[in-house]
Amino acid sequence: MYAQMVKSEAADDSAEAKAFQARIDAGEKIEPKDWMPAGYRKTLIRQMGQHAHSEIVGQLPEGNWITRAPTLERKAILLAKVQDEAGHGLYLYCAAETLGVSRDELTEMLLDGRMKYSSIFNYPTLTWADMGAVGWLVDGAAIMNQVPLQRTSFGPYSRAMIRICKEESFHQRQGYDIMMKMAAGTEAQKKMAQDALNRLWFPSLMMFGPSDKDSVHSTQSMAWKIKMNTNDELRQKFVDQTVPQAEYLGLTVPDKDLKWNDEKGGYDFTEPDWDEFFDVLKGNGPCNTERLAARNKAWDDGKWVRDGLLAHAEKRSIRKVAAQ
Amino acid sequence: MSSPNSAYPDTPATRTKPKRHEWPLWEVFIRGQHGMSHRHVGSLHAPDEEKAILNARDVYTRRNEGVSIWVVEARHIAASSPSEKGPLYEPSESKVYRHPTFFDIPDEVGAM
Repeated sequence: MYAQMVKSEAADDSAEAKAFQARIDAGEKIEPKDWMPAGYRKTLIRQMGQHAHSEIVGQLPEGNWITRAPTLERKAILLAKVQDEAGHGLYLYCAAETLGVSRDELTEMLLDGRMKYSSIFNYPTLTWADMGAVGWLVDGAAIMNQVPLQRTSFGPYSRAMIRICKEESFHQRQGYDIMMKMAAGTEAQKKMAQDALNRLWFPSLMMFGPSDKDSVHSTQSMAWKIKMNTNDELRQKFVDQTVPQAEYLGLTVPDKDLKWNDEKGGYDFTEPDWDEFFDVLKGNGPCNTERLAARNKAWDDGKWVRDGLLAHAEKRSIRKVAAQ
Repeated sequence: MSSPNSAYPDTPATRTKPKRHEWPLWEVFIRGQHGMSHRHVGSLHAPDEEKAILNARDVYTRRNEGVSIWVVEARHIAASSPSEKGPLYEPSESKVYRHPTFFDIPDEVGAM
C-alpha cells in the first residue's frame, strides 16, 4: 500500500509484552506514553514514516499537471487535492513523532534513501487523463487500505487515518469525474483515458504489496493490529470494486484473463509483474531518481527559509525576555 | 525515556530546546462553529506562534473545521502518566451515586 513491505520486528516473550498483546486483543488503543514493545514502536515508525513519505512524494506526479490543467476549475480542484496530500503527510508525520522520532529525522531518512515511499509514485504522469486515473485508481487503492486502518491499535495513527479518510473520498471522486468526462469525450480523449488505465492498472495492483505467500512481515503486524488485512485480501477487494467502475466508463481493464468467478464471488485476475515491483522498490522505476532529486532539491532550497524564520523567532524571543 | 510530565516520550517535546535548525513542535486546538470547546486536533512544526497559527489554518482547517485556533508549544504541555492511572482515577470508581442513574425515581414523577 502506501506502506509496502514494511519490515516487522519480532515480538518478545516478556510478561509486559504479553499484557500488551492482551490489551490489543481486547480492542484497547495504545497511546504514546503507554508501555510498548520496542519492536512495535520501531515497526510503526517505519510504517507511518513510509506512509507519510508516500503522501509527500505523491504530490509530485500530480503537481506535474497543475499548470496545464484544461480549465481553471480543474486547476483549482487539482491544487486543492495536492494540498490535501501535503496535509495527509503532515498528519502522519505528527502521529509518528509521538513515538519519539522527529519529522526532520524522518525527512532525512527519506532523502538519503534509508526510508521508502510507495512504488506507485515512481511511474510518470504522461497525460491529463493520468490525473483521472491516479485519483480513481491510486486513491481508490489507498482508501481500501486506509479505511480498515482507522481501527489500528495505535491511537495517534488511528486518529490520523480518520481525518485522512474523510478527505480521501473527494480525491477519488474528482479522479473518476475526470475519467467520466474523458471517456464520454472525443475519440482522442477516450483513447487517452484508456491509455491511462492501461499504464496504471498493474502499478495500482502492486500498491497492496507482494502476494501473501511472499509477504514475510504480515503475521506480527496483523497481531499488533497495525496491518488489518492481508495484501491479497485488499487487492481482491480493489479489483472487485474497480472493474464495474471501468465498465461504466466503457473502458477495458488491460487483463485478458480477467473473469468473474461465481464460486468465490470475485474476479479472477492476472497478478502484476512482481519482478518489476521489486525492481522499482530497488530504485529502478521510471521516475525514482527524478522523485528523490525533486524532494532533495525542495529540502535544500528551503533551508534558508527554515533557518531564517528560526533565527528571527529566536531573536524575537530574546528581545521579549530582555524587555521583561 | 518517557518523562512523566510531557505529552510524548523522548520527542523534541522533552528536549529543553529544539535541536538547531529544527522548528519546535506545536499542539493545535480548534474550536468549531457550534459552541463546543477547543479540541486537540494534532500537532505541527513552526518557528514561532504566529507561523504556528498560519500553518494550523492550512493543515487543520481546509474545510471550515473551525473558527478559532489555539497553539501551544508541545514542551509546555504537562501530562499525566499512564502508570498513575490507578491512583488518579480509582477514587471516582466507587462513587456510583455521582451518576443520576443511581437513583430510582418513580415514573409518576415524570421526567427528571
